[in-house]
Amino acid sequence: MTKTVIEVKDLKTYLYSASGVVKAVDGVSFSIESGKTLGIVGESGSGKSMTASSIIRLLPRNKGKIVSGTINFDGKDVLSLNKKELLQFRGKDVAVIFQDPMSALDPVFKVGDQMVEMICAHQNISKTEAKKKAIDALAKVGIPNPEKRMESYPYELSGGMCQRVIIAMSACKNPKLVIADEPTTALDVTVQAQVLKLLKEMQSKLNNAILLITHNLGIVWEMCDSVMVMYAGKTVEYATTKDLYTEPLHPYTWGLLDSIPKLSDENKTRLNAIPGTPPDLRLTGSCCNFYNRCPYVKEVCKEKVPPLIEIKEGHFVACHRQNFDERLEKGEVDKNE
Amino acid sequence: MVKTFLRRLLQIIPTLLVVVSITFVITRMIPGNPAVTLLGPQASVEDIAKLEEELGLNDSLWKQYTDYVGKLLKGDFGKSYSFNQPVAKLLMDRLPNTLLISLTSIVLAILIGIPIGIISAVKQYTPFDYISMVLALIGVSMPIFWLGLMLVLVFSVNLGWLPSLGMGSLENGLKDVILHMVLPVTCLTTIPTATFARITRSSMLEVINAEYIKSIRAGGLKEGVIIYKHALKNALPPIVTVLGIQLASSFTGAILTETIFSWPGMGTLIVGAIENRDYMLIQGAVVLTAAAFVFINLIVDIVYMIINPKVNLDNAKGGE
Repeated sequence: MTKTVIEVKDLKTYLYSASGVVKAVDGVSFSIESGKTLGIVGESGSGKSMTASSIIRLLPRNKGKIVSGTINFDGKDVLSLNKKELLQFRGKDVAVIFQDPMSALDPVFKVGDQMVEMICAHQNISKTEAKKKAIDALAKVGIPNPEKRMESYPYELSGGMCQRVIIAMSACKNPKLVIADEPTTALDVTVQAQVLKLLKEMQSKLNNAILLITHNLGIVWEMCDSVMVMYAGKTVEYATTKDLYTEPLHPYTWGLLDSIPKLSDENKTRLNAIPGTPPDLRLTGSCCNFYNRCPYVKEVCKEKVPPLIEIKEGHFVACHRQNFDERLEKGEVDKNE
Repeated sequence: MVKTFLRRLLQIIPTLLVVVSITFVITRMIPGNPAVTLLGPQASVEDIAKLEEELGLNDSLWKQYTDYVGKLLKGDFGKSYSFNQPVAKLLMDRLPNTLLISLTSIVLAILIGIPIGIISAVKQYTPFDYISMVLALIGVSMPIFWLGLMLVLVFSVNLGWLPSLGMGSLENGLKDVILHMVLPVTCLTTIPTATFARITRSSMLEVINAEYIKSIRAGGLKEGVIIYKHALKNALPPIVTVLGIQLASSFTGAILTETIFSWPGMGTLIVGAIENRDYMLIQGAVVLTAAAFVFINLIVDIVYMIINPKVNLDNAKGGE
């Protein structure tokens, strides 16, 4: 049985800096059901991590603010939680796994003490029980000698080990949602695979939803049921993983998929890249954010913001040239035109 | 850790030997002659020569040096020329007086400065932060003798609330001593309080924005636990460093403050010893101070190790 764990609607998170308002997340909507995985992909600065931070309301102090939108978590309105409820929400319902495992654990406390502290903070159990639970969790994520590892300091562990500890810590909470913010970026490839496998195993046991933030499209294909492609704070395409890979609709998604090197490429040419750079997020809002990098640009793209429309069931795209009347085919316009 | 401690303890010996040698040479280089200073300008040449002989100043420098070091090794600091008393006794008489005000002011500085620093960091860019940091800036930059004189002017001369000279006497009750302590302690505590506030703020700010604090927040721990347990422990090393320096210098006494308030402590003793060319007393005081510095540094290093186990003083083993 599946039910919607989290539903985010029209989320806008702005950062207030001295030089202006940065629209880091600008009207993003998605939902994830229990046992499902949603991937958010996009390049650096596209608002992926800010979306995740917004969900747990952990924005940069004095700077970030959720301006509008709703976040509904399992019947709770996250944005109206009071301080105490918010701590409960962070401590019990959601687990967050950050990018760099080596810096995600407090360096001056033992791994075991940190786990026990985290468990005791929100579960009504004794320290001894919490310790047992922690050792159990460490064993489950494949850490050899868990009793001994409880006494280790984070610096004595490798990056992969730290990430396992963090996953074990997350599993102890029995979270309904796991937010994994680039969980494998800082790890080497073999360890990446192990960490992703652990996340999958945890999901099959706990039936939790996963929000996986990454810029690695290979990981998305492996892990996710659906994908949201973000660009400059906005959703440009949102579809099931299968649809997105077989029938991508947005020119930006095409560019992303084209820039993956393929083993089958026989003639060793340079990798494809999307020319140009993302727009300044302080100045967006009156046109399609992608127009200056898009080979298929038309006048309308510079004048209006494209709405996100559901072109097929469950397949959303925000492009002026993809709508019910007009369908753009990839490669229709020559780049040099 | 015990092994490291013992090894470091042994390293103190050569350090102190170097200190003793340098002090010995430098005191001998101060222009003037202890015998002349002691006997005054009217003394006859014969008297001076006699006293010089008595004090052993006619021996070769090398002999004076070896004599001194030899005695020092037996724990004998020699005899003060001007007081005609053993240096060790003089130091031990004055040290408690100095420690009384200097340690009190350090404790106050910790109790006031560190919380202000923490709150400033947590409430960065709020009026509290701005006001306390401006005050701290004034505190570290204020000349201490000016502050001392102003305190005396306002509270002793104009208002007549507090005594400004000496340290009172226990015979008149504890209250007398405490009243005498107020002004010197206020004067002495200003700079350390401001220093603690500033160093705590900057160290905490660095830690508060660290990734692991973000991930602890994401784990739903209470803000108080995050700040006072996780962030503060990580922010401690620079604070401990400053504390170590403050503690060590508390042994020398604050020369200016003690002079202003005529506090009978180490500071006034050392100033007097230099004026009188009292070689033995100067050397004794410097050796004591050096020993305090070296020993407290050792303790600071050990505290580092306790705070952050990644710090390993055994270079042979080193970090991974």
